[in-house]
Amino acid sequence: MRRARVLPVPDPGADAAAGGEAFALPGVRSAHGLLLLALAAVLAAVLLGVSQGSVDISFTTVVRILAWKALGLGSADWPQAWEEIVWQIRLPRVLLAGLVGATLAFSGAGYQGILRNPLADPYLIGVAAGAGLGATIVLVSGVPYALGSLSLLPPAAFVGAVVAVSISYGLARSGGVAPNVTLILAGVAVSAAATSAMSFLIIANHERAVSVLAWLLGGFNTATWQKVGMVLPYSLVGAAAVLVSARLLNVLQLDEEEAQQLGVPVERVKMVVIVAASLATAAAVSVSGLIGFVGLIVPHGVRLLWGFDYRRLVPMSMAVGAVFLILADLAARSVLSPSEVPVGIVTALCGAPFFLWLLRRHRRAVF
Amino acid sequence: MLEIRNLWADYGGAPVLRGVSLDVAAGEVVGLVGPNGSGKTTLVRAVTRVIPLGSGEVRLLGDDCRALTSAELARRVAVVPQNPALPEGFTVLEIVLMGRTPHLRLLQSEGPSDLAAARRALAQTGTTALASRFANQLSGGERQQVVIARALAQEAPVLLLDEPTSHLDVGHQTAVMGLVRRLSQERHLAVLATIHDLTLAALYCDRLVLLDRGAVVAEGAPESVLRPEIIARTYGAEVTVLRHPASGRPVVVPLGGTTAAETTGGRLPSGDGRKDGGGG
Repeated sequence: MRRARVLPVPDPGADAAAGGEAFALPGVRSAHGLLLLALAAVLAAVLLGVSQGSVDISFTTVVRILAWKALGLGSADWPQAWEEIVWQIRLPRVLLAGLVGATLAFSGAGYQGILRNPLADPYLIGVAAGAGLGATIVLVSGVPYALGSLSLLPPAAFVGAVVAVSISYGLARSGGVAPNVTLILAGVAVSAAATSAMSFLIIANHERAVSVLAWLLGGFNTATWQKVGMVLPYSLVGAAAVLVSARLLNVLQLDEEEAQQLGVPVERVKMVVIVAASLATAAAVSVSGLIGFVGLIVPHGVRLLWGFDYRRLVPMSMAVGAVFLILADLAARSVLSPSEVPVGIVTALCGAPFFLWLLRRHRRAVF
Repeated sequence: MLEIRNLWADYGGAPVLRGVSLDVAAGEVVGLVGPNGSGKTTLVRAVTRVIPLGSGEVRLLGDDCRALTSAELARRVAVVPQNPALPEGFTVLEIVLMGRTPHLRLLQSEGPSDLAAARRALAQTGTTALASRFANQLSGGERQQVVIARALAQEAPVLLLDEPTSHLDVGHQTAVMGLVRRLSQERHLAVLATIHDLTLAALYCDRLVLLDRGAVVAEGAPESVLRPEIIARTYGAEVTVLRHPASGRPVVVPLGGTTAAETTGGRLPSGDGRKDGGGG
């Protein structure tokens, strides 16, 4: 007859001897080297992106132009047009792609964290459909949507995105609580309504359908320093908010009730992340259109490669998202040069096979 | 340590707790028993403010729990939930370190003192060897031990356990309850555990509190609460109460209804007899 199992009696001495190295603290501390590497990769991607283009300018010249413009180093012995191309056309385009990639990635990670849903992406609760509707209204309304240097398109898309998310969140929240399922369903409903309105406007103004479609597929061919400046503050504040919440996002993965019993102000964290990620995504979408796939897949890829701790996941997603979108944009303007492929097509076409390969490689460990 | 006075709570409809009062002192293990739906889990949720408190009072170390922030509350009371969620991708050590959450400021990461607390918790629950394993590599019993370790790492003087043994086999049930008893002694914890199995509750608890439809109907030493007439009244089950051969604690044995012994003419089949008594 079997006797009741007895748990091993703890032996503090033996434990102290055996513990040692195995007990490393998780989180940011163990990831400093990794983050430096990621930063270097972003820098390399920026340089690569700026050095490639339809006008053949050598890599060293590009670096010298950048050094001269940014830091005042060296002397200008190149044609003025080259300086224009590198500093006014290529660099803002590459920086905007990197900024949008990082923003979509940290927003996706944030949404996945609070909704505890692997299918969550930054567009889930209304940003995409709202921005699309806002942009469509401007594009079909016939008003000259570029008034001088000031385009109405980004503000309209931004307002549409913010309004749609506010409606979703407002509808889902009652009594100070926004349950995840309600939030997702409200987002799906609001998105469906906005998308229908958008479709109606396109059908009713079919002569402008191509310009709407071009905007929806997204791209950076109209990038300017001004657009970089428009997105940057939202991205910085949003990223800071999600990074600050990263440790609490880990605890939220337990369960909302358990997180609350561990002292996490669950609804406040959710609200901060939703507001931060939605505003940043709205700003990104307003200047670049709806670039799919990045916000969904980049955080998952980072999880598979470097683990689930949000303190590493969020910054690494930003770096990977930036590199990914810079390279995708480079491909988008190179393959059919001098004409361009919408970058959204490239992100899905290149990203999907790579992600599927990652999934298969890791399926036994994680999925 | 934990004082509950005339507590009412609801989920927005009819009251689920109707004037519950109970105390748990340091070093004491109190078993909260009662039929399904009697309000045991609701009591755990109300004390930790997962659901809003109705009228009445919950005091933790003398302070009204309404006056505490959620972090202060979590430094005083730790919970081992009924169906603990262990997220994928985190190691046991990382999960146990999450118990340190109420001790950390927003921008603070876990430091050496948190690591030390987690190591103590792992050692006391016998889970040190599991530290680098992932949640999906754990058995049911190991998961329960890990969640207890996480609650210990919280270093709260009050420990609430919601059905800590409901999914475990008899070996792990006794192991977990033995662990809870030992911890209450070693750490001088005030332990309140909701327990389904009356015999198990009697064996491991100093006192029992019997809830029925949201109110306390009996309270005291196990042998004074687990009387056949009280159990018949609250559970609607016909039982007899035997004495445990070693400890003398009450052992609740169902009587009524159609048992396997009756249908097989008195010969016991090789499997278990029917566990529950007939309703009444």
